[in-house]
Amino acid sequence: MASPVLRRVSEHARAELLLAIADDELILGWRDSEWTGIAPFLEEDVAFSSIAQNEIGHARALYELAARDLGTTADELALDRQPEEYRCSELVELRLPEWERTIARHVLYEQADAERLERLKASDDTEVAGLAAKIDREEAYHRLHAEMWHERLKDEPRYVDALEELRPLVDRREGHTAELAPLWEEMTIVRRSQPAGTVW
Amino acid sequence: MIYEVFRQERKGQAFQHAGSIEAPDERFAEWYAREQYGRRGESVGLWVVARESVLQIDEFVDELNRNYHRVDGYPLKEKLKEARERAGTATKTGGQG
Repeated sequence: MASPVLRRVSEHARAELLLAIADDELILGWRDSEWTGIAPFLEEDVAFSSIAQNEIGHARALYELAARDLGTTADELALDRQPEEYRCSELVELRLPEWERTIARHVLYEQADAERLERLKASDDTEVAGLAAKIDREEAYHRLHAEMWHERLKDEPRYVDALEELRPLVDRREGHTAELAPLWEEMTIVRRSQPAGTVW
Repeated sequence: MIYEVFRQERKGQAFQHAGSIEAPDERFAEWYAREQYGRRGESVGLWVVARESVLQIDEFVDELNRNYHRVDGYPLKEKLKEARERAGTATKTGGQG
């Protein structure tokens, strides 16, 4: 059964847009954080942990804005919807424990996100444009990281294959992969351990 | 490659060694240095230097044992005591005035 929030979303075009980006950032933040402690070397362990933290921060700011439109809270939007109600692209849902595939996703996502942020920065909606500008300033470092890794790996066959494998998933939002539901289970297990409305 | 990172707490202060980073090239070294030594606004400046660019000196020649070049080679306390005795200003206990 769809959550109460979902019925209101379609009435608010802005909320629809913000949720798609927020969900991308939240789920990608989760996936990026999975490298904490297991990255191939320490510098990248710190790098991906940091990038993940930034992404979840972006998600939070976007959820806050959407929550005002929808008369709810950022936490409810982030954690209390059903998996099928998320608006993230299939690209961010996949667990990619191979370094070259993670970097390929990172490169593809940052390119697409850069284009998306440019459009938002040009929006007539000053709140959205302002938030997009703030997020973009932080994303500049993510883009630089992705570009540097692309330069390092661009002649590696496994990396080239990964780019081609993942490219079709970049903006595919019609449905979800089988990986989103188990990710959602993990992500919300603590949240769901207490009744709805619990003050943490 | 190893890079050494020096940080400046405030403008005008000396750069102090903060740690080291392993990176394949300067671009990565800069990215990692910003991440690990600048994320929380704790420094106003960073120097990032390839360890191989550091000119290291750790052997010093002192064949003739010229102890008067060294701070420890000129015992000031003794000479001060002798000078005070000559000048008649030494205390009864012989300690410093």
